[in-house]
Amino acid sequence: MTAILYILLAIVIAVAIWQVTSIFNLKGAIATEKDNNTQGILFALFGIFFYGLMIFSFWKYAVILLPDSASIEGESYDTLYLVTMLLILFVQAVTQFLLFYFAFKYRGIKGRKALFYADSHKLEMIWTIVPAIVLSGIVLYGLSVWNDVMDVSDAENPLIVEVYAKQFQWEARYAGEDNELGLANVRNIEGINTMGVDMTDKNALDDVPVRELHLPKGRKVIFKFRSQDVLHSAYMPHFRAQMNCVPGMVTQFAFTPSMTTEEMRLNDKTIAKVDGINKIRAEKGEDPYIFDYLLLCNKICGSSHYNMQMKIIVEEEAQFNAWLKDQKTMAQVVVQ
Amino acid sequence: MSDHHHKETFVTKYVFSQDHKMISKQYLVTGIFMGIIGVFMSMLFRLQIAWPDHSFSIIEAFLGRHQDGGVMSPDIYLALVTIHGTIMVFFVLTAGLSGTFSNLLIPLQIGARDMASGFLNMVSYWLFFLSSVIMVISLFVEAGPASAGWTIYPPLSALPQAIPGSGMGMTLWLVSMAIFIASSLLGALNYIVTVLNLRTVGMKMTRLPLTIWAFFVTAIIGVVSFPVLLSAALLLIFDRSFGTSFYLSDIFIQGEVLHYQGGSPVLFEHLFWFLGHPEVYIVLLPALGITSEIISTNSRKPIFGYRAMIGSIIAIAFLSTIVWGHHMFVSGMNPFLGSVFTFTTLLIAIPSAVKAFNYITTLWKGNLQMNPAMLFSIGLVSTFISGGLTGLVLGDSALDINVHDTYFVVAHFHLVMGVSAIYGMFAGVYHWFPKMYGRMMNKTLGYWHFWLTAVAAYGVFFPMHFIGLAGLPRRYYANTAFPLFDDVADVNIVITMFAILGGTAQIIFLANFFISIYKGKKATQNPWKSNTLEWTTPVEHIHGNWPGEIPTVHRWAYDYSKPGYEEDFVCQTTPLKEGEEES
Repeated sequence: MTAILYILLAIVIAVAIWQVTSIFNLKGAIATEKDNNTQGILFALFGIFFYGLMIFSFWKYAVILLPDSASIEGESYDTLYLVTMLLILFVQAVTQFLLFYFAFKYRGIKGRKALFYADSHKLEMIWTIVPAIVLSGIVLYGLSVWNDVMDVSDAENPLIVEVYAKQFQWEARYAGEDNELGLANVRNIEGINTMGVDMTDKNALDDVPVRELHLPKGRKVIFKFRSQDVLHSAYMPHFRAQMNCVPGMVTQFAFTPSMTTEEMRLNDKTIAKVDGINKIRAEKGEDPYIFDYLLLCNKICGSSHYNMQMKIIVEEEAQFNAWLKDQKTMAQVVVQ
Repeated sequence: MSDHHHKETFVTKYVFSQDHKMISKQYLVTGIFMGIIGVFMSMLFRLQIAWPDHSFSIIEAFLGRHQDGGVMSPDIYLALVTIHGTIMVFFVLTAGLSGTFSNLLIPLQIGARDMASGFLNMVSYWLFFLSSVIMVISLFVEAGPASAGWTIYPPLSALPQAIPGSGMGMTLWLVSMAIFIASSLLGALNYIVTVLNLRTVGMKMTRLPLTIWAFFVTAIIGVVSFPVLLSAALLLIFDRSFGTSFYLSDIFIQGEVLHYQGGSPVLFEHLFWFLGHPEVYIVLLPALGITSEIISTNSRKPIFGYRAMIGSIIAIAFLSTIVWGHHMFVSGMNPFLGSVFTFTTLLIAIPSAVKAFNYITTLWKGNLQMNPAMLFSIGLVSTFISGGLTGLVLGDSALDINVHDTYFVVAHFHLVMGVSAIYGMFAGVYHWFPKMYGRMMNKTLGYWHFWLTAVAAYGVFFPMHFIGLAGLPRRYYANTAFPLFDDVADVNIVITMFAILGGTAQIIFLANFFISIYKGKKATQNPWKSNTLEWTTPVEHIHGNWPGEIPTVHRWAYDYSKPGYEEDFVCQTTPLKEGEEES
């Protein structure tokens, strides 16, 4: 019933608005010279608001952005991003200025006649060809980055890791000493074998199942993604990495971690961001936050989509190898 | 169409009308009603995003069993997001926008007595009405409405075990959309045939107003792409109800292996986006067409580069059908395919840039009449540029990797197609209201409506880019599970406040719209001093549009402020003077 009250309230407000207007301005419908003047000036003011909002946002929100890339491939991503962003901001600043300025400058005056100017092939050629050239550059640059990131054929001695998604949890499996993942299918899921690894495949025996992802710094990691139920997306924003996990197929993505977790915690941008977060947490009386890399789900997957995460720890290769050695293999886990 | 008419009863005039002007009003009012639902939903879930654990009596009042003590459940949050998207994209910005103005303007601006088939036109509206009713009914089913996102990717949308909304709610969603597509196809075929065959004497294709060009090309894209969504939906219905495996394979859920084998969700993504991307332009092109007309009329200047505008509409339409893969860069499809889609996608920036520059040049040295319709048109150009430019990030496969499915995407498409298209719709309503209802809308309310909406729209979507760049995924019920995102909470509160401002500002529009129908100032025949044919018809609607002969057209639609004429407009029906050159 409260719902109906809300609806009635909205209608009452609507009628009230109308009544107020009809008192002050009886049925004005077509812009007069005075309106043109006021609205033209308002466009100029709106232009100022617009640039103000842009500058304010860049100043105020710079600190919440992701810190420097934690992967080698991500560094070329960041450069491409910077170049594209500068281009966007330049075009944005110029075109919006012209738009608001013209709206202000040419606001209608009684008796003035507009310029009859219907066409100019020269002008149109300019704003067809210039964008075309600039875009060609962006496309070529973008595609070279894309190919570098997606092509893993030349990787030397990469680490193979399977990332496995299900509602609402991540698991992972290292390929073990032979660096080859054993076959797997959801039809093999049974008891402790939650990823459906095929234990009759000899490559599977030395695979290492884990619930927390450790990665070695400086070695290329090729991720193989699977999902057991619906679409998920493995999103590792600090590494500029993302790939969907698709039931019924294996997808892949690769990057080379370039900063250990410890190093990233000491990065200037990370420190600024974490300080900001901890200020907010202190106000709410929550424990301070310590930075960690994360894998999170970025494809709508159900009720707890908003809480599907796995910690990622990047460490020096020696430390990583020691850690991996301590983990139980599939053979040990399943046989027990 | 002949002059002999059947006797009109209440039912044939106001309900099962075959008159395009009445059908247009039916589309508009239905669209506005659906729009109220869609916008209201967005305000509810914005409350949740900004204050996740806070109790709201408005949530308690409207969400019934889907909330607990004024806090909504995660499932209904996803459902609200899903239905908000579906309603705004299809029911408001496709049917509400294109349905309204194509129906109103195609016969009136090309000089026809009605649509090619009045009957099909009527069927088209009533199918749309039926699909709207089913969509609204789906909100009330036991387990909640569809909640797999408006893109309804399987397996989530196929398996009720995966999310409660994929039960009855999803079935009704699919039925509603199937009917919607049928409606939209009937409408589009009618528009195409009418534009091609029923133009009056002298109305060459190169003399058509840009509105008509936009509606015509939009209808073609619709006919090409909507059937593919229908097939996608049918196959999904098969997977859901008859055990086929078009999209599903190797699924283990809630402790059991399902029988599906050999299908692929990626197939669905291809089929969906084959419509889904052209759909963006189905939404946007009519708004751009309306803007071209309104900017030219109110600048008292010809639209700059008329032929280039037509060329870019056609180029955008063609390209729109070969870029769908940019929604799927990280779907697992072959990276080489990603390269191809990057190339085609960024090509679209060229005709888009041409359009934007041509709009700005049209304003240059004009004599701008700041009617509410003009404000919304200028607003459209601004949001079209702001939103379009970030497309350079998302359309580039390499850059898409890290912002894909984050709030950056949400900010981008809301500005470029959401806000822009709705501005186009508002502009159209303010401009052609006198043609629809014979009365004028109040300008003061129009001004308030525009400025509040404009400030709110940028207030919502500009900061939203930054939380996307901070790595925040979209469609998260709450961000509290990640301390990493604690610092976006404040930004989300700002966004929600602007959203509430923008949403409530629409009450001004509703008041103005509905009360003006009955109390607005009586319209004169050509209130905006426009050149096009619709303003040569009498203010009072008559079946057949013109009382006598249909006028003959002698020139293009944009002879504003032409030298040699005393008035600053020359109607299309005015013959060329001796020695005068057509522009």
